[in-house]
Amino acid sequence: MTELSINGVKKTHDGDPAMPLLWFIRDEVGLTGTKFGCGVAQCGACTVHLDGNAIRSCVTPVAAAAGKNVVTIENAVTDKVGAAVQASWRKLDVVQCGYCQSGQMMSAVALLTRNKTPNDEDIDVAMSGNVCRCATYVRIRAAIHDAAKALA
Amino acid sequence: MGIMNRLAGQTPNADDSSTRAPLINVSRRGFLQTTGGLALGICFGPVACTSEKAAVSAADVAPFVPNAFLRIGADNSVTVIAKFLEMGQGTFTGLATLAAEELDADWAQVSVEGAPADAKKYANSLLGGQGTGGSTAMADAHLQMRTAGASARAMLVAAAAEQWKVPAGEITVTKGVIRHAASRKEASFGQFAESAAKQPVPAAEAIKLKEPKDFTLIGSTATPRKDSKAKTDGTAIFTQDIKLDGMLVAVLAHAPKWGATIKSVDETAARAVAGVIDVIRVDAVPGTTRAAVAVLAKNTWVAKQGRDALVIEWDESAAFTKGSDDIFKEFKTLTGKPGTVAATRGDAAAALKKPAKAVEAVYEFPYLSHAPMEPLNCVVDLKADSCTIWNGEQFHTIDQMVAAGVVGLKPEQVTIKQVYAGGSFGRRASSKSDFIVEATSLAKAARAKGVEAPIKMVWMREDDMRGGYYRPAFVHAIKAGLDRDGKLTGWQSRLAGQSIAKGTPLEQFMVHNGVDHTSVEGVSDTRYAIDNLQVELHTVDYPLPVLWWRSVGHTHSAYAMETMIDELAHAAGKDPVAFRRTLLEKQPRHLKVLELAAEKSGWGTPLAEIAGKKRGRGIAVHESFNTYVAEVAEVSIDEDGVLKVDRVVCAVDCGLAINPDVIKAQMEGGIGYGLAAILKSEITFDKGAVVQGNFGEYTPLRINEMPVIEVHIVASAEKPTGVGEPGTPVVGPAVANAVYAAVGKRIRKLPFGDQLSA
Repeated sequence: MTELSINGVKKTHDGDPAMPLLWFIRDEVGLTGTKFGCGVAQCGACTVHLDGNAIRSCVTPVAAAAGKNVVTIENAVTDKVGAAVQASWRKLDVVQCGYCQSGQMMSAVALLTRNKTPNDEDIDVAMSGNVCRCATYVRIRAAIHDAAKALA
Repeated sequence: MGIMNRLAGQTPNADDSSTRAPLINVSRRGFLQTTGGLALGICFGPVACTSEKAAVSAADVAPFVPNAFLRIGADNSVTVIAKFLEMGQGTFTGLATLAAEELDADWAQVSVEGAPADAKKYANSLLGGQGTGGSTAMADAHLQMRTAGASARAMLVAAAAEQWKVPAGEITVTKGVIRHAASRKEASFGQFAESAAKQPVPAAEAIKLKEPKDFTLIGSTATPRKDSKAKTDGTAIFTQDIKLDGMLVAVLAHAPKWGATIKSVDETAARAVAGVIDVIRVDAVPGTTRAAVAVLAKNTWVAKQGRDALVIEWDESAAFTKGSDDIFKEFKTLTGKPGTVAATRGDAAAALKKPAKAVEAVYEFPYLSHAPMEPLNCVVDLKADSCTIWNGEQFHTIDQMVAAGVVGLKPEQVTIKQVYAGGSFGRRASSKSDFIVEATSLAKAARAKGVEAPIKMVWMREDDMRGGYYRPAFVHAIKAGLDRDGKLTGWQSRLAGQSIAKGTPLEQFMVHNGVDHTSVEGVSDTRYAIDNLQVELHTVDYPLPVLWWRSVGHTHSAYAMETMIDELAHAAGKDPVAFRRTLLEKQPRHLKVLELAAEKSGWGTPLAEIAGKKRGRGIAVHESFNTYVAEVAEVSIDEDGVLKVDRVVCAVDCGLAINPDVIKAQMEGGIGYGLAAILKSEITFDKGAVVQGNFGEYTPLRINEMPVIEVHIVASAEKPTGVGEPGTPVVGPAVANAVYAAVGKRIRKLPFGDQLSA
């Protein structure tokens, strides 16, 4: 049995401890904002925060989150940085198909939490693990700068 | 995906820029009638569609449903019913803009929902049935949605006039407020929803649409995307997110090669995985689906574990076993010989006999996977007398018909619930409904074994990547000639590749005299003034399904045409813009975007130097789906041959710009999608097996590789045309021409890969 919290709510998992956190969050907890894209940490659609760090939940076993707090898109936008990222994403109409955007925003929140004034290079480094096949990258970059400005 | 012209065999007259595909074509409408036996009614706005609905809405709490496209609630909500799929291209926002403009609604009160499968109400006049593709949504629906809005407005006004006892002509509507100034009366839509429903639906000829000068939403930036909110808080629902009571998840082991069959299955280890419910064999539908074995479980992970534990022996005796080298060798041999004639102007052979200068080139284009972020999936709830499907549904009518055939029900017993698609780029508009066939076949087989539960079929990324329905590989062999003055006098193109339409229900509408127009579009109908032009096609028959991929034939034809034109310009000693200008003298819309892109990019001025790098600028112009796009790319290449596309300046003419910001976004995204393809993407075969399985091998474009993009929209009052696809095909040749300008190297085999380092 694994005990962890998701968005501050205690959860237990008594199935396969090797099950990726992604499927626990989606299929067991029922939060579907975190997406399945590749299953091998190549696309970042499954990005969540584990004790504040952006991780790929598709390759992180539930067991690795034991005793820790996982934050997903549903909750991330309620804090100051998350709210700013969400506001900028909406202001600039970043989304197209939208499937990767939860993961993009989770990576952006993690970036802005540790770096209040990221430059383009910082953004490249922090965001290049998140694939967007609609190629909304121009706006993702602009929205991160916009959110940084709003938070300053 | 560009089915529209093909369904009617519409080939724009190459010599007449005024020729356009008609908005409604009888033979296209006939398509589904003849193939499926479905009675198709085309809805020409509210009158034909709504008598039944208007009568139903008399109930006290019922919302005002003036037509098939609008629902106005007593709570003052305005819901636009979208007959097209929202897969990222901004269609929901476009449709809402059109209806809200004529309704004079407040943008904030408007929301959008996907329409169910119902070809009587929701057919796409440009496709024949209900479906999304060919960048047709705005072209098809702009008058229909505006009329729907205007009609609803008239009924609200009539209701207000009746209650306030004032002339309807004195009532104004602004931002969702109905007002009679003289009597100082005003009301919301919600307050009149019930009484408006009792008003007669205005006759079509009585509906007056706004003059463009009176638009408040169309063409403005006051219409942010309607899907932005749900897609930034985790609440947007995609097929992957559907969860039904008792639902099982299916993960499948697919045959590794097309045409392979199941020899034997050892289910023991799969059934031993805790939580596995059943193992279901799903035989191939030859030419449509691969043979597969599905593992059913209560969650995705368990189903995948079960799938991975299956031991399957495949019979590959009838499988596709070619390798990529064999394929290109075969295609290149073919383009050395005359093929089926796709277009002839003048006498190319004579013109090419003794030109002052001859330029020849052979281009190779690989198979490409669409690779949308959401791997393919489908939810099916099959019961004795009904079948409900949840899907990012792009081809409603065809899929409904095909699903009905698979499960043995009538099409009207199949309900399709349209949800957001996590990308498609053409993949969900399957010409053979392949994943619908697989999901419904699985549901049927499971039910036959006593499994009575809704099933969510989930493809892993590798199932998607190796699942066929690729952009077909092509070879173009081009010979062109210039006279002494550098004038282009003759052009011969020979193409070899698979047909998208052949062997599908669309063949009879898209293949004419042995030529699938999607194979040659962009070449056979080139608008360049080439007096002597010969285009020939070799259609290769492989058992490997191919499909439209964002901008279809233009994905390869624009590259071949526009890089060759660039070569010819250089051979003629002329500036590439000036060379094109001469050849496009009678094509005002091409010229306009060409000039605009050149001007905005600073064409002719030196590029800023970057230490240690060679820089170059290249241009390309191409028309697709009746939209005109020119792009200028600026690149830099370091000493190791590493290429960076620094900036792309894009000019687009898509007629009336309904949502300028959506157009801009589609150009940005289309450029990024096209860039990934030409720089990095290819599907290759090793003895028939697809080599690439995930994003590690089929490498997508990442944020650090995205250029700065500048988009300029040509102001136009022409009919609106699509923007989902036309930005994509132009970037490849623009970049290739910029690379030539920088380092003098022509790339003719895609993707670029590391060819610049060699």
